[in-house]
Amino acid sequence: MSIIRTKDLNKIYDAETIPVHAVNDVNLEFSEGEFTAIIGPSGCGKTTLLNLIGGLDSPTSGEVIINDTNITELNSREIIDFRLMNIGFVFQAYNLVPVLTAKENVEFIMQLQGISKDKRDDRVNTLFEQIGLKDQLDKRPGKLSGGQQQRVAVARALASKPKFVLADEPTANLDSKSTNNLLDIMLKLNETENTTFIFSTHDSRVIKRARRLITLDDGKVITDEIQ
Amino acid sequence: MRTLLKIAWRNIWRNRKRTVLTMLSIIFAVFFSIFSRSLQLGTFGQMIDNTVKLSTGYIQIHQNGYWKNKTINETFEQTDSLVNIIRSNKNVDLFIPRLESFALASSGEHTKGAMIIGTEPEIENKLNKYSEKIIKGKYLNNYDKSIIIGDELASYLKVGVGDTLILLGQGYHGVTAAAQYTIKGILHFPIPDLNKQLILMPLSECQYLYASENRISSLSIMLKNSEDYEKTAAGIAERLSEDYEIMTWEEMNKELVQFIDTKLIGGIIMLSILYIVIGFGVFGTVMMMTMERRKEFAIMISIGMKKIKLLLIVLLETLMIGTVAIMIGIFIVYPLLSYLSHNPLYLTGAFADSMKSVGAEPIIPFVNRYSMYVNQLFSVILITMVAIIYPLIFILKFNVLKAMRS
Repeated sequence: MSIIRTKDLNKIYDAETIPVHAVNDVNLEFSEGEFTAIIGPSGCGKTTLLNLIGGLDSPTSGEVIINDTNITELNSREIIDFRLMNIGFVFQAYNLVPVLTAKENVEFIMQLQGISKDKRDDRVNTLFEQIGLKDQLDKRPGKLSGGQQQRVAVARALASKPKFVLADEPTANLDSKSTNNLLDIMLKLNETENTTFIFSTHDSRVIKRARRLITLDDGKVITDEIQ
Repeated sequence: MRTLLKIAWRNIWRNRKRTVLTMLSIIFAVFFSIFSRSLQLGTFGQMIDNTVKLSTGYIQIHQNGYWKNKTINETFEQTDSLVNIIRSNKNVDLFIPRLESFALASSGEHTKGAMIIGTEPEIENKLNKYSEKIIKGKYLNNYDKSIIIGDELASYLKVGVGDTLILLGQGYHGVTAAAQYTIKGILHFPIPDLNKQLILMPLSECQYLYASENRISSLSIMLKNSEDYEKTAAGIAERLSEDYEIMTWEEMNKELVQFIDTKLIGGIIMLSILYIVIGFGVFGTVMMMTMERRKEFAIMISIGMKKIKLLLIVLLETLMIGTVAIMIGIFIVYPLLSYLSHNPLYLTGAFADSMKSVGAEPIIPFVNRYSMYVNQLFSVILITMVAIIYPLIFILKFNVLKAMRS
């Protein structure tokens, strides 16, 4: 059953001067538990497509339907709430809140959701065990390596038990060892939590381990294949 | 909320130097404004105190119409019922009946117009410590039939202690007031104009001179809590008939009040300029703190944080900087003013002499009132509120994608 559906999705930048068709008539469906990589050359529209699916950007035309909710029709307040309850994000530059510890970063999103302290603690313990950073709970991001920060970012993305996680070039700043480690963790979480992961990536190591590959060029879907 | 407080608190220390500098500017402003206000209010308080003690009291009772036509005919009787009404007010510390008029003072070939004040010497001394200002001879007691005069008047009339002075004036209802008195003492009045013309005598003798037995021109009242003078005056007025006029020190010393008001407004303008300068500093800090975290804000909104909570964090950060700085400022200035308000700085040398010559104590007085601290608190909170307007607009118009790309 599909949890995300894009329908005739278009995004045109600078429509009044020189139009750039960043996303061009994209029709895709993503099912629960998928581990999908969106690939393609730089500027092909990967990040724009993720932003549209995540409700961070609004399309020029078309729809993004997540679990029967057309998020393109939500207003700015509703979309923030929707993201909080349904979508997890992992960014290329980790982007943890620097003044919060690793634990607090993961806990923070659950606090925004209004989850009780006991449940938060349980969830934090489970996630940190899964990402292998139980001994780093009280360290601030500045004291963690890039790989460790990205693992915390993955834990943060999963803390709210989202329907799916959008990860924009999550391994771009990591070395091979950290990348493999992160992928192991994400695959494990994908299996244990049945969370859908959608990546945009150039990284061959990610591409190798993705179960579905969507290739974009000039904003259009060129191929969509199961590995 | 606890998490937001924690984030805000940690955020302000991300750039320690900048926060400390901003706080120092606020601490300086708080210290300087409270200290200067304390000095200003202390000085004005001393001026009021001098005026009140030497002449009017905080409240004065006259016969209705006396203030406009200060003659011996506008005096009134000091009755027991009047005294009881005044005594029964809990804020009354003491009261002084005085009979004031004018007379020609003459000795040998020298004559000069003099201001005669009949008073109760013992109460007057409690208040104005005239006995300490006697430079020759002795101070009066209640039963003396002699007088004391200002040293400049004595020197003009070429008289000394033990000499006789003839007073000639008009008594109650046109009766001639004429008598001769021995000079018991010569004192130096702190106010030069008074020093040239004042003659003090016991009230009963003055009443006898002006044929106005048991009559007084004013009853000056001193208070335990001088700030409650209006309430006390109203309380006394309620119980007195319309034959009396009750005036507060403000009504009787309009020029002084105007002078003080003008100076206070000047002080407020100075402090406002200082706070505007400080306000720009706070604004700069808040603006930098906002601009340099654009990407962080974008991430927080992306993961589901509402803009209103982000606004709250920025508001808390600004308030924290302001509040911590105010607290430190008050922590420094409060003990200092607590000490100085009880131990004023004593002046010496020429400056002290010049203050003494105009009747002022040679001190730099300070006051320590809670209102000064509360006013500063509100001023700094107001500044922080103004400083936060820009970040508020910035966050409300915030574009997540643009910020993430920055």
